[in-house]
Amino acid sequence: MAVQGPMLWLSVHPCRGLVDEKIKVLVQHAAPVQRLTVHTLFRSEDGDDWEAFGHYVSDSAGAVDVSEDVCLGGTYSGHEPMGLLWSLRPVPGSRPSLRFRKKDTGTPMLVTISLHQGFLSDSFTERLPLASRVVERWYMAPGVRRVELTEGGVTGTLFLPPGPGQFPAVLDLPGGGRSLPEARAVLLASHGFVTLALNYLNPRRTAGGEYHVGNDYFQTAFSVLQTHPQVIRERIAIVGLSFGASMALGLSVYSPTIKPSCLVSISGSHVQPAGGSLGDIFAEFKKNEKNTRYDEEKRVIWHDLLLPIPSNPSKKVDVGQLCCPLLLIVGEDDQNWPAEESASDMKEMMEMSGNGHLLTVLSYPDTGHLIEPPYSPHCRSSNFINAESREKYPPR
Amino acid sequence: MAGTIMLSVHPSRGLVDEKFRVEVENLPPACPVTLHCLHRSEDQDHWEAFGHYCSDHSGTVKVSEDESFGGTYSGRECMGLLWSMRPVPGSRRGLRLRKTHVDIPMTLLISVYRGHLTAGFRELPPVASVVAERWYMAPGVKRIAVEERGVVGTFFIPPGPGPFPGVLDMWGGGGGLVEYRSALLASHGFASMALKYIDPGDTPTDMAMGYFETAFQIIQDHPQVITDRVGILGLSFGTSVALTVAAYSQISRPRCCVCISGSHAYPITTPMDLLAEARVRNSEKVWKDEENNVIWRNLILPIPTDPALRVDVGRIECPLLLVNGDDDQNWATTESAEDVHPKGSGGFW
Repeated sequence: MAVQGPMLWLSVHPCRGLVDEKIKVLVQHAAPVQRLTVHTLFRSEDGDDWEAFGHYVSDSAGAVDVSEDVCLGGTYSGHEPMGLLWSLRPVPGSRPSLRFRKKDTGTPMLVTISLHQGFLSDSFTERLPLASRVVERWYMAPGVRRVELTEGGVTGTLFLPPGPGQFPAVLDLPGGGRSLPEARAVLLASHGFVTLALNYLNPRRTAGGEYHVGNDYFQTAFSVLQTHPQVIRERIAIVGLSFGASMALGLSVYSPTIKPSCLVSISGSHVQPAGGSLGDIFAEFKKNEKNTRYDEEKRVIWHDLLLPIPSNPSKKVDVGQLCCPLLLIVGEDDQNWPAEESASDMKEMMEMSGNGHLLTVLSYPDTGHLIEPPYSPHCRSSNFINAESREKYPPR
Repeated sequence: MAGTIMLSVHPSRGLVDEKFRVEVENLPPACPVTLHCLHRSEDQDHWEAFGHYCSDHSGTVKVSEDESFGGTYSGRECMGLLWSMRPVPGSRRGLRLRKTHVDIPMTLLISVYRGHLTAGFRELPPVASVVAERWYMAPGVKRIAVEERGVVGTFFIPPGPGPFPGVLDMWGGGGGLVEYRSALLASHGFASMALKYIDPGDTPTDMAMGYFETAFQIIQDHPQVITDRVGILGLSFGTSVALTVAAYSQISRPRCCVCISGSHAYPITTPMDLLAEARVRNSEKVWKDEENNVIWRNLILPIPTDPALRVDVGRIECPLLLVNGDDDQNWATTESAEDVHPKGSGGFW
């Protein structure tokens, strides 16, 4: 078969990048004004297939540039340079309520990006693509070290950037759930922070230990970072997601020894027994379980568990006492937690108290609860195992 | 409090032929620094390169834009930290940096030191370090060991359905099976086979053209290769093979021929007795430089005029690219190129 002229060329750059790094997908030497579909396929560690696709029309030179051109439809549309990654979703026929999560953060995601003729919306695996490339998406930059920590009774995973240091550090408090998510922590280390992803919901327990860890657990974790030889002692932040944010807010205000240089709360709330422990907080939430709602597909909505935002000061963290900058990241369509309502209340409290200048709120319209690292796939709902009750959601 | 000094390399994982950006930020302004690159080879030798820089008014150094004042390279050299790497002082002599395991990246430790240093990098702590990886293989490239019809080699196929243009890739007289160039070609969309045709340490003798024709056919026959778009690439002695096949094979029709640092003198079809005579005649032409390094370049000089002793390049019907170094002390490649195609003689090469 003789091929005339330059061959159709699909390129993706970089072919190995961090997950929060942009990629440039280019098609060259296709026929001019040709309908094309760019398709991504990813097989997760659990064996589930995820895909995304976008419809494009090549220009008069037969080129498509996903970072510049407008996608005409697919799993995303419009000018979306990274749509092929963030719009990844389980392929039709998959198990329900999957959540994208990389467990082994030391190995890359392998994503296959293919080019198909025409505007396709399904049956991708049954057709031969015009071209394919494989890209690696990494959480861990070269040289980042992963250390499993069990010091002073504290368990978690410590990530260290390469080099002598010293580095600023982050105490990462993940959300509720069974396993310890490390993705954000390893990514922070890839950007130069010593990060401790703290296992505070399911740590190894000594015989006869309490069911929930006390506040001293968090104090020990914080001092592990403070005393680490590669950490700048005065530059330790706390980042919390969801339940972890609740802990972060409470500890920063009430703990005598935990004094972060800044605080980031993602999809969090300050509503909890002021100065309470982890156990106190769980007990309080349980009292409001009757406020659990369900949507039309019987998916659990915990949004109302913390509502109404109390005016009683003993029922919420007094953020007016915070001494460090606070960044609140909220999704305005969070159905899991009243993050937006909490943020408004916190803003009011801080303004009344005179430390409103420490507050920054990043509020995202039409955004839900799970605000993950950039370009991570979204999910509308997911399976969840309650860390305390070990109940599975959705219930069988 | 001043920001932490930040050293970054982008991309941190790249192909070996890809440029990277090395930047230092948050230095004091006009601060002298040394950027250092350290690599431990597969043979456990250490290689290093370094450049001397001065931060600008904003405390930034950008290797891709700034000038190196000295070190193992100078001037504006965005990739100087790589190409100027040399064995660290005290290393064994005569080292050559070569990658054997192409599925594993080269790991580089890139550091920034205060001041303009030329030694003592191990003893002094750097201000910051990062690790970069350099790969010969892009993700998705398949590596296939070939042992078929008597031919031994390694085939590298790009990801995707294909079909792809093909390359028969031959290394030089050092022998063995050197894979990294083919791996890189496959990373750029060519189905490339690195061919083993000399055992390491053996003198190349008695090459049967049939071996290379079979290798060429194996590539053409692969379902993911475009049959009439297979080229030949030869380095050094591999050039002799490439030119001989391109000129004399009745079976193999390469789409093009690329010859690096080679010569058309003494094709592989040269009868053994003529070769032996030539070796005796030319043995006193081998000499050594002031450091006892062997120089072979005169062995093939003067370029033979006897048609039995050089490839009749006039018979070659495909485009031919000759790539030579002007200061090649190993082989008289520039003289050969001049003989193949005298300067100013026009034509399409």
